[in-house]
Parts: sequence; structure tokens; C-alpha cells
Amino acid sequence: MRAFSYEKVTDPAQAAARAAEVEGAKFLAGGTNLLDLMKLEIERPAHVIDVNGLGLDEITETEEGGLRIGALVTNTALSADARIRRNYAVLTRAIAAGASGQLRNKATTGGNLLQRTRCPYFYDTAQPCNKRAPGSGCAALSEGAFSRQLGVIGTSDACIATHPSDMAVGMRVLDAVVETVTPEGMTRSIPLEEFHLLPGDTPERENALMPGELITAVTLPAPVGGEQKYHKVRDRASYAFALVSVALIRQPDGTERVALGGVAPKPWRSAAADAELSNGAAAVMAELLGGARPTEENAFKITLAERTLAAMLAEE
Amino acid sequence: MKFDKAAGENTLFDNAEFVGRPTHRIDGPLKVTGTAPYAYERHDVVEGQLYGYPLGSAISHGLIVSMDAEAARNAPGVRAVVTTLEIDPLEKGMNNVARLFGGAEVQHYHQAIAVVVADSFEQARAAASLIEVEYEKGDPADYDLGAAFERLQGSGEMDTDTGDVEAAFSSAAALLDEMYHTPSQSHMAMEPHASIVDWSDGDQMTVWTSNQMINWNHGSLATTFGLDEDKIRVESPYIGGGFGGKLWLRADAVLAALGSRAAGAPVKLALPRPFIMNNTTHRSETVQRIRLAAGEDGKLTGIWHEAASHALPDGRGEDATAQTPFFYASDSIRAKHHIVTMSLPESADMRAPGEAAGLMALEVAMDEMAEKLGMDPVEFRKVNDTQVNPSNPEQEFSDRNFVECLDRGAEAFRWTDRNTAPGATRDGQWLVGHGVAGAYRGALVLPSGSRALLEGGKLVIETDMTDIGTGSYTILAQTAAETMGLTLDDVEMRMGNSAYPVSSGSGGQFGAASSSAGVYAACMALRERIAEQLGVEEAEFRDGRVIAGDTDRALSELEGQIDAVDSIEWGDFQSEYQMATFGAHFVEVGVHAGTGETRVRRMLAVCDSGRILNPITARSQVIGGMTMAVGAALSEDMALDSGRGMFANHDLAGYEVAVHADIPEQEVIFIDTLDPVASPLKAKGVGELGVCGVAAAVANAVYNATGVRVREYPVTLDKLIGGLPAIG
Repeated sequence: MRAFSYEKVTDPAQAAARAAEVEGAKFLAGGTNLLDLMKLEIERPAHVIDVNGLGLDEITETEEGGLRIGALVTNTALSADARIRRNYAVLTRAIAAGASGQLRNKATTGGNLLQRTRCPYFYDTAQPCNKRAPGSGCAALSEGAFSRQLGVIGTSDACIATHPSDMAVGMRVLDAVVETVTPEGMTRSIPLEEFHLLPGDTPERENALMPGELITAVTLPAPVGGEQKYHKVRDRASYAFALVSVALIRQPDGTERVALGGVAPKPWRSAAADAELSNGAAAVMAELLGGARPTEENAFKITLAERTLAAMLAEE
Repeated sequence: MKFDKAAGENTLFDNAEFVGRPTHRIDGPLKVTGTAPYAYERHDVVEGQLYGYPLGSAISHGLIVSMDAEAARNAPGVRAVVTTLEIDPLEKGMNNVARLFGGAEVQHYHQAIAVVVADSFEQARAAASLIEVEYEKGDPADYDLGAAFERLQGSGEMDTDTGDVEAAFSSAAALLDEMYHTPSQSHMAMEPHASIVDWSDGDQMTVWTSNQMINWNHGSLATTFGLDEDKIRVESPYIGGGFGGKLWLRADAVLAALGSRAAGAPVKLALPRPFIMNNTTHRSETVQRIRLAAGEDGKLTGIWHEAASHALPDGRGEDATAQTPFFYASDSIRAKHHIVTMSLPESADMRAPGEAAGLMALEVAMDEMAEKLGMDPVEFRKVNDTQVNPSNPEQEFSDRNFVECLDRGAEAFRWTDRNTAPGATRDGQWLVGHGVAGAYRGALVLPSGSRALLEGGKLVIETDMTDIGTGSYTILAQTAAETMGLTLDDVEMRMGNSAYPVSSGSGGQFGAASSSAGVYAACMALRERIAEQLGVEEAEFRDGRVIAGDTDRALSELEGQIDAVDSIEWGDFQSEYQMATFGAHFVEVGVHAGTGETRVRRMLAVCDSGRILNPITARSQVIGGMTMAVGAALSEDMALDSGRGMFANHDLAGYEVAVHADIPEQEVIFIDTLDPVASPLKAKGVGELGVCGVAAAVANAVYNATGVRVREYPVTLDKLIGGLPAIG
């Protein structure tokens, strides 16, 4: 870990302004990912801005009948909230499938969206990684590399990392919107669909936030009802990142929504795929994963995604 | 004490008050209160401890051309930096295959190439990252063990070759010929390799470490640093898991020692988690071809097992054929282990070396053969039981109750209720299956010594024996109390220190039988001293008293200190027998019909391993083995990057050991056996038996659940989904 300076802020706009002003600044919330990455020298912030004093830890109702989740609401508090459990059950199920109780107690809503990939080469600073060290190459795409966990779609020749969050997949299927404050003190709303960026040639750029911009909340639209499920598939029963996860909302009228985790640099969903749900899992996945470019080691994820969705649709 | 004939009727242990009784760990309170002194936390043993941090090689093999440590030396808090180029290649200690430090040659990824010593851990770690290294990479290397096996099979002299294998295979009623694969596995003990070393004066060296074998470690330190053994003291009273990974001297102690000498102060150093996989040792991947021939009666007529594993030059790899000459009766047996040299981290012993990987394959092959013969897999194994060593029929087993394990297990597991048709049992979306496997693990013993010291009715036992979580403290206290006629409260155990008599140490499941016999020997010697002092013969020791004829004295009334040192030495008569432990494992799994996720639902182990010294700690050993084997069966896989020659998933997020949620109800049955050849206590080890065969029972259960036979571990869902039924 490199030495860094530290400050604690009390106002979101001030936090954003400071982050834009100080070279190499990073926000610190729960720290469950950032601190690990700092210890490994994957993240080397010169300045850390502790946002834990900003409030932003409440879940309130919006005028549209939805919920506004403060950026500092913990994963535990969010998944346990009675309104979430009742009306957005897919989100509770997704969060509970992630990490461990101890981590969920510390991890925050905003931080969860900003967590970085778990690609093993991203974590090994002796290896090339375009996300960690732009221009150094992608070790995961080289001959003989280990890529079983990595992405099959939305990836690029520069990077095949996935976004590891379960929470984000649940939010994506609920059409969540990220609210921010900019260093100029302006607020901005970014649909989650547009929040995470695909890697292209710049895998180091992972989201739509501008320098200094701070997530203040995530809003959920009015409840959509329906049957809400989340199936996370992994090799062991707990404490592992998804090989594939499927978030599903089925309505009594037959309309449905589906989002995938574990396959792409962002929660993976498309309107065209949603529209195919009445035609079965194969039709959905043909739309959703039609352009997939898997490696030899992770090609199974395509079959697995289809079978997982099929099993969820077949459940009594 | 020489153990030169089989133990006879033995009033001491056959009617024991302490040995064999369920006894909670005497060190339990220290552990649950966090006060047991583990190596890295021994803040009180020496003043002024500095922190060391290692730097690992970024290439798998080649040369280091130059190292620039200037920035690291000038970094805040840094007291010393030692680079590998500044040190002549260190001599290798006992069983060290890769050099631990020194010189320009790189033999494996994350080989230690520098140590930074600083006032704080954070300073040392930050400075280590500032060292610039220029490498000359070695030529691209071959890591394809399967291809190497193809080239090597049939070559060289067979390790075992009895009977006429060719004839057996040309005239059998049923034949099996399949390839199996087990991946490289990491010990991944909870406590990483860690040491505090005080070599401040470059002369006397004290090492507080985490090591299973004090005496080996002590000797290896002397060899490595060219020191007299009497200048070195090693302490390792508590060990947070070893599993064979801490049998040898490793880089933690070497770097801490070099750092201490350079900084002139004691240095503590723990290997960071990513180093565990590529810097320390691991169990090698294996490729195995198993051929079985059997008659219509189900009796095996031929067993041909050839396997390959990887190692650095002079390494031993993982001999997956280890059990094959001994386990099942067969007219002919051929076995051969090929060691393939590869530029990978050092492969060496891990819990049940040989058998653990070998039975993962052999016990699947047995399941497949039973199916070919139309026999129940329990019955098939029973038919092929033997009471003599199949590859040397002159030699009897000292005690073998494998059939009883199978029978007891089948009954307790309700084996006959299972559905025998693969893929035919459902519970909602889950396919349910049952599997069985046999377990075999040799019962090695080593010489083991201790000192028994009596004063004021209190007994102190000193031995360099270690407790790697197995319960050694407790079983040795039980043995001492039993032998001296005292209570557990009267006994104080002092262990894991090179100042004490040399013991067997902990490894190869030889620890319990060897060290309990060593404590028994010292206590018997102490009894003689006491009898001499009192001038009596044939004294009895019970209820805290020594009784002989008219003499009846409380031990607490004896004057002064009385002590005795002795060691158990093992007589040649043992070699007339094949000594081993046996077991049967039964497993129920659910496999999700859609996703192929496998979850274990029930597990049962039945163990035949001589006298069980303490059913509580023995059970703990067995269920720990079963848990480790669930990881081996379903998830553990050191992911080889064959372009880079290293294991890429080098942390506990990437290398998935079983977690609590993976482990269901586990039941252990010890059948009440006594092995008079094995030790004076008629005891054998059990810690490695628990891991043997279990993974195959899981794989066999997955087959029974799904009808998909997987011969490549771990049995992950990607290997199953292609064979699962259509959904809906």
C-alpha cells in the first residue's frame, strides 16, 4: 500500500469538488474492495476522501412511488428492508447471494456498483492487464491463460473481464437509475443500463462517471410486481462469484424481464431478449448472447445461462 | 524402548481410563480465547521485532539479470533489503527440491527473490513493490502432462509387476481401460507459512515458526545456513493447519533469518496468501490410466495402473499408484509412476500423498467395473478383499477389516434403499444419487522420543512433537496420565520445541501412533526410576499412587524431581506385515438437473485404524478430511496458465475450498479394532484416511444421480451439463 493523504467530508457536493480538485483522489465508503486493492497496489490513490459522514444512508420513497436508496445504505440494510423484500424481491435475493454476511455489513450501494473485476490477472501486478495498466496487454487472452470465470459477451480484444456484482444485476432488471452529484454541484441521473461501459479499447474506463462525480443514490421505479427470482450458479454453495447468474421477473400477463450476471462487463439485458421470453429460454439467449465470443474455457457459460433460465421458467 | 514384538494383552490400554475416551482438547480454551501463541503473533518472545515482506519472481524460469533495490532501501521505515543476487545460492534443506533463496536462477513463479525489512508491515510491503527486476526468461516450456503420459506409458521398469498381467487382460470376462485426471491441489492452511527469526548477531538463531517437523526443520536450517545445529533453536507450539505444506523448511523462515541478520534485529515474516500457491509446495496434477480385468465372479484378475505427475528435477511428484499394489486382491498387478520434470512450483506431499490422488481415480474405476459386471459396488469390493498383500502374498496385513467397514457403512447409510439406475431419482429439480468408495492409507511409524518429569505429583511431558490441529496435546496427555496412573489435570504437555527430545513430528498420519508410543516409553522409563528410588519391583501405578507389595505411596509425596527420557524404536518384526488403515465412504449428492450444480447431502465414513485414542479429536480429523475431499471432488483446481508456467488463481477467491454451506451432515463410525503389530497402544493414524476415497464417492454419487461419468476432477458443472436431461 502506498502512502496517501486522507480527509473526511460532510457534504456530497463538497466531496465531488474535492475529488476533482485533488490529483489521484478516490472515495472511500465501505472499503471492502478499495482497501484490498490498495494493499495489493492495484489501486494507488494519492488521496482518500472518506464519504462515510455524508448521510446518504436512508431508503426513502420517491414521488413516482419508487424508492431512493442512499449511496451509503449497506448491502445488509438494503436486502433486509421490508419494502425491498416485499416489492423488489429480486434485489434482496441478488444481494443475499453475494459475498458474505460480514462483507455485506460493510459494503455500500454506491461502492457495490463501483467494485472492480475479479479477473485473476487484474489481481496479479506482475502480469499485463489493460484495465490495471492501460496498454500493457491482456494476460487473460494470451495462449494458455486461465479464463474460465471471465466474460463471453460485451468484451473486447483488450479485456474480457466481467463485472462481479450480484446487486447490480438485480437493479438492472428493475430499471434502476443512478443519481450523482458533479464537482460543480449539479445532479445527474444515469440509467443503470448506461452506467457501466463496455471495455472497447479503454477497459480502464468502467463507468459513465466524470472525474470527481459522486454517486448519491440509486432510485428504483414504482414496483413492477410479478414473480421475482435470482439464480446464481457457482461451483460451491456460497462465497464465490457467479459463473452465471440470472435475474428474472415474470408477470401474470406473460411479459417478462431477464438480466444476466457473470457473463459480461456489466449486467447483461436487452429489450429484444425480454420480448422473446414467451418463446422459451433458447430464444431469449439467442438474442441476449447471440454475439458471444467465449474462450474455449468459458464457452460452457452460454449453455449454462440457457439451462439456468429454462430451469427457472420450469419451476413450479 | 524397543517395540520388537506384537503387543499382547495389555491391562494398561485394553482397560484404559483415559486412552480411548472422548476427551475435549486440553488446548481448546487457549484456541477459542485467541491466546494460543501462533508464530506470527508471538509479540512477547523477543523485543524489537521488525517486519519482513517478500518479493516473488514474476517469471516461471530463467535468470535474473539485475535488481535495483535503491528506491526500496530509501523508502520510509526500511531497515534492510536483501536481494537474491547478493546471496550465494543457499544449500537445500531436507526434501527441499527448489532452492529457497540465493543466486540468479529462477526455478518457479513467485520464487523468493528479495526480502524487505521495515519498521512496519505496510512500509515493508510498499517498499518491496519498488524493487525493479530485469529478467531473462527461459525458453517456452511444456506443461502438458497428458501428452507426457502418452510418451512415457509402458516405458521404464514397472514399480510393481506381479503375476501375468498380459494374460489376465487377454482372457477376462470384463475389462475396463480408462484415463483419469486429478488437478494440482494446494494445502491452503488457514495460517500461512510464518516465522519470527532472531539471528541479529549472525551466530545464535532462534526461530518461532509454524512447522510440522521440528527436527527436520532444525536440521534444514543448519544445512541451509551452514550453522551448527546447537546454535539453532526452533519453536512451533501451535500450527494453524499444515496438511503436509509445513513439513519442510520454507521461504518464510529463510527470508526472516536473512532479514534479521541484515537488519541486526528480529524479523517476522508471513507469506502473503498469493505466495502459498506458487512459492510453497502443492500436490501435483496426475494423469492416470487404469486397466482392470475381472472374471464373471467379479474377482479381479488384473490391475494395471500407470500414472504421471510433475516435479522439479529430483522431486518425487505425486505417486497415484501408491495404494494399488496393496488394496485389492488380484492375480496380477502392474503399477508404474512416471515423474515428469516441469518448470512449475515445487510439488511435494499433501495430506495422504499418493493415495489421495490415486483413490480419486481407482475408486471410480472400481465403480465402473462393478457396473460392467452388474454387481453392487459394495459387493464388488468385498469380493476383492484380501488378508495378504496382493503384490507379496507371503506378507499378511497386521490387521485389516475393510469388509466390516463396507458392511457397517452400507447398513448405517441404508445403501440397499438407493436407486441403482443412474439418473432416475428426482427431488424437485434435483437429481439425487449415492456413491461408495473404499479407502486405504499406509500406517507408517517413526521413532519418537520424549522426557517425563515428575515433581510433587505433577507430571511434565516434553517432546518436540507438534499439534497441527490434530489433538496431539490431548492424546499425549491421555497416554501419559494412563501410564502414570494420574489424571489429565496432573499432566502438563510441553511440545514443539527443538530443546525437547526428538519425536516423530506430524505427517503421513504417523504422528499419533508414533508419538503416543514415545510418551508411553518415557513414562515407562519414569516408572522404573520411581521403582528404583523406592527399591521395589513390579510396581503398579494407579490413582496417583505407586503400589508394590507393602509399599503404597502417593506420587505427590515422592521427593524431588524424577525424570526419564526415552524413545520408541520400531522392531524389524513389523516389516513382516503390511500395516495400513482402511475405510469406506458413502455419499449422497443432489445435482441440479438444469445447471449441473452439485451439492453434497449426506456423508458417512467408516474407519478401521486401530485403537482410537480419542474419539472426539479423531472424528474431527476424519470430518476435516471429508471436507477437504469435497473441495477436491467439486471445486479445488490450481488453474495452470500454461503460457506463463504458473498457477493463476492464487488466492482463496480463485481457489475454491469447500465452505460451510457445502458441508452437510457428516457421520463417522470407528469400528472397534486393535492392531497389536502397529504400536504398543495398538493404534494407527487416522488423519489421512479421512481424505482417501471420499472424492471418488462423490464422483460416483454424481454418476448415480445423473448418468454422466466424469473422470476429470474437479467434477464441475461444465463437465455435466452436456449430459443432463432437457428441461421442462
